[in-house]
Amino acid sequence: MSLLQSNVPEGPIAEKWTRHKNELKLVAPNNKRKYEILVIGTGLAGASAAASLGELGYNVKTFCYQDSARRAHSIAAQGGINAAKNYPNDGDSVWRLFYDTVKGGDYRSREANVYRLAEVSANIIDQCVAQGVPFAREYGGLLANRTFGGAQVSRTFYARGQTGQQLLLGAYSALMRQVNKGKVQNFARREMLDLVNIDGNARGVIVRNMVSGKLERYVGDAVLLCTGGYGNAYYLSTNAMGCNVTAAWRCYKRGAYYANPCYTQIHPTCIPVSGDYQSKLTLMSESLRNDGRVWVPKDVNDKRSPEQIPEADRDYYLERRYPAFGNMVPRDVASRAAKERCDEGYGVNESGRAVYLDFKRAIAEQGQKAIEAKYGNLFHMYRKITNENPYEVPMKIYPAVHYTMGGLWVDYNLQSTIPGLYVLGEANFSDHGANRLGASALMQGLADGYFVAPYTVGHHLASNKLEKVDTNNPAFEQVESEVQGRIDKFLSIKGSRSVDSFHRELGLVMWDNCGMARNAAGLHEAIEKIQGIRWEFWQNVRVTGSGHQLNMELEKAGRVADFLEFGELLARDALAREESCGGHFREEHQTPENEARRDDENFAHVAAWEYQGDDATPIRHQEELNFENVKLTQRSYK
Amino acid sequence: MKLTLHIWRQSNKETKGEFKTYELPDVSEHMSFLEMLDVLNEKLISQNEEPVAFDHDCREGICGSCSMMINGQAHGPDLKTTACQLHMRKFKDGDDVWIEPWRADAFPVLKDLVVDRSAFDRIMQAGAFVSVNTGNAPDANSTIVPKMNADLAFDAATCIGCGACVAACKNASAMLFVSAKVSQYALLPQGDPERKTRVLRMVAQMDKEGFGGCSNTNECEAACPAGISVNNIARLNREYFKATLTSRES
Repeated sequence: MSLLQSNVPEGPIAEKWTRHKNELKLVAPNNKRKYEILVIGTGLAGASAAASLGELGYNVKTFCYQDSARRAHSIAAQGGINAAKNYPNDGDSVWRLFYDTVKGGDYRSREANVYRLAEVSANIIDQCVAQGVPFAREYGGLLANRTFGGAQVSRTFYARGQTGQQLLLGAYSALMRQVNKGKVQNFARREMLDLVNIDGNARGVIVRNMVSGKLERYVGDAVLLCTGGYGNAYYLSTNAMGCNVTAAWRCYKRGAYYANPCYTQIHPTCIPVSGDYQSKLTLMSESLRNDGRVWVPKDVNDKRSPEQIPEADRDYYLERRYPAFGNMVPRDVASRAAKERCDEGYGVNESGRAVYLDFKRAIAEQGQKAIEAKYGNLFHMYRKITNENPYEVPMKIYPAVHYTMGGLWVDYNLQSTIPGLYVLGEANFSDHGANRLGASALMQGLADGYFVAPYTVGHHLASNKLEKVDTNNPAFEQVESEVQGRIDKFLSIKGSRSVDSFHRELGLVMWDNCGMARNAAGLHEAIEKIQGIRWEFWQNVRVTGSGHQLNMELEKAGRVADFLEFGELLARDALAREESCGGHFREEHQTPENEARRDDENFAHVAAWEYQGDDATPIRHQEELNFENVKLTQRSYK
Repeated sequence: MKLTLHIWRQSNKETKGEFKTYELPDVSEHMSFLEMLDVLNEKLISQNEEPVAFDHDCREGICGSCSMMINGQAHGPDLKTTACQLHMRKFKDGDDVWIEPWRADAFPVLKDLVVDRSAFDRIMQAGAFVSVNTGNAPDANSTIVPKMNADLAFDAATCIGCGACVAACKNASAMLFVSAKVSQYALLPQGDPERKTRVLRMVAQMDKEGFGGCSNTNECEAACPAGISVNNIARLNREYFKATLTSRES
């Protein structure tokens, strides 16, 4: 229990962060250059943290598995970024953004963290505009806003359907500037394979040079993990092919607690699955629901093509069930509603696993040009993939795994249970509770990187006297030999099945048993099946090539091996959480109207798992969540 | 459909590469081009051969990882489309498909279809930024940008950094890539204070990396999956010309 100190500062919620900043210890400017900080991952969280720390004067090293820092998967975020600017004069405030986020997360996040997120949100927009991020603007030259799910104000800033790209390129430009100044060294095509702890502190990493195959050691005074989420445990997801849980999982095995892995976000609007060869799913931004209306035929047997079905025969089920929010209900609600209609047989598409997202009315009211200006690239992408023109026929969409709210446990300072190991962005668990609202992931990644970690990491360095160590330390020797052993093992199995075939098999189990709806029997079954797949993997996987070269099969093998362990923890966590909340829906716990039923008495806590060895059951710790500012109610969007 | 693939295979930077031919029956028209390569790789693994290495990540056309010449065209036959978004319905039964890595001295081949594009990062390091530290920013709406400029800046900023422009150019010029970034900042007030040093340094770095000169054939624009316009190259030339005449930087 003792390790789970949230370290939330005292005082009224609106003053906590300011007070805390006043109390954090500082590192003098001329001393900052004596410290070395390792940042793993160069997405929004990693790039913004590395650039900001470099600007402050620290020596920073960044690592990414892609061939350039600019390609991290934050780049694919489409719709926007929230900020409590209240530019549209529609009643927004830091308090409202805070409240919406806590409510949207189904009251399973830590109040103080969320408040801080809302508080710094406005600074993020200022920072990005100063960097030259080309946000959408009105004719008067000021910034434009749009609405996202779970909110009744327009607080989302955007750059067409490519907001993530523009924000990431902004952070990347700040990072490149520091590289140019010599404050940051960027190591591309490097994959972190393990963490090195010395005297209980995170002091280094072992990475594999993905071109030469050599293992490399890097030492630091702090390690920042900015490695994203674990959505690819499901094989098919909207994540990039390379997204993985390995860095976080290795830290878990070295003593960091893993929090709420069962909180996964299934995004309601993705292009449906087609074919066994499919390698990934493509998101259609939530922003489309601003103008698109979701429907299915009213009659189960209606097999007419959508344009032939008159208004009277269409069921706009989100507008019907949730009149107050309509098509803009949060993602978990929209996804479950789509699943419910399809389960009842109303689904469209050959598979019956799709619903319509229709722009007919919006195009009639606003004209095709206006719709094109807002969503042009998304419509283009949809057409590329499906060969259908969404300006003429409604899109077909279905939910898909998109984001993961769980992650490594961190305190208010974003420090994990390993001193010196900080976890930022999607990789941590802290701000979104059991469901993330749209346009909040970009906000959190940049808040953590630009405005939180630069303060709290400095405090850690100033308040702990860290011994000078180098890469000849026996701890590096030990960890590196373990990593090498694992690589040798992969290559020596020489079985008959490809890495991908195991990944697909795992993904099916995860989707069927730990997807949008879960129950005890299914979760028990999942645990058993995953153990079986894992066992076979270690007997029968075939990894071609050698370890001393660019070897993508070997890279995948390491990631899939970790997903095969992680998937079991996810199922265990889902089994232990005997309630429904946000993205975690247990069929045993629902209201008569099929809405999620929380159990605040027994489950208003964070579950944080402690590793106990490969053959032992991990320990489930709890951090109680105290809601002093927001009253817990049943989440209603009706 | 049945396809005959001719794919460039090369073990590493030092060794010589060559085309190898593979027959692939049962290609579905609904597959993406990279999914077709996945299927080939599964087949190669089952035969205990090394799969074809290629860069890819997001598979939705935005990360800029995928990079291959398909029948002599960067990213293949579909306009404004990355290889990952190219679908097999663009091909027909019995087709021969030639697949090669980007060809440019500044992009050395690392393995098979994988090339080293770090030269692009170094060009960006030379000046593709606004020198503003975290925490210094004024209120976002204190900077007013005419919508038309903001939209043009956005259009330029959508470059995904894939390198198709270089691969498509007979001179392996990186002008479209560099011009996109120079334009973004040149069109925005935030970029104004450093506009001269930026363009001078980025162009100098581009030359140093060994990219060729621009001879205005516009093949880059045709190949660009993000639809970056060659108007940006004209703007780059203007910016560069003005900067060389008036910059106080030595």
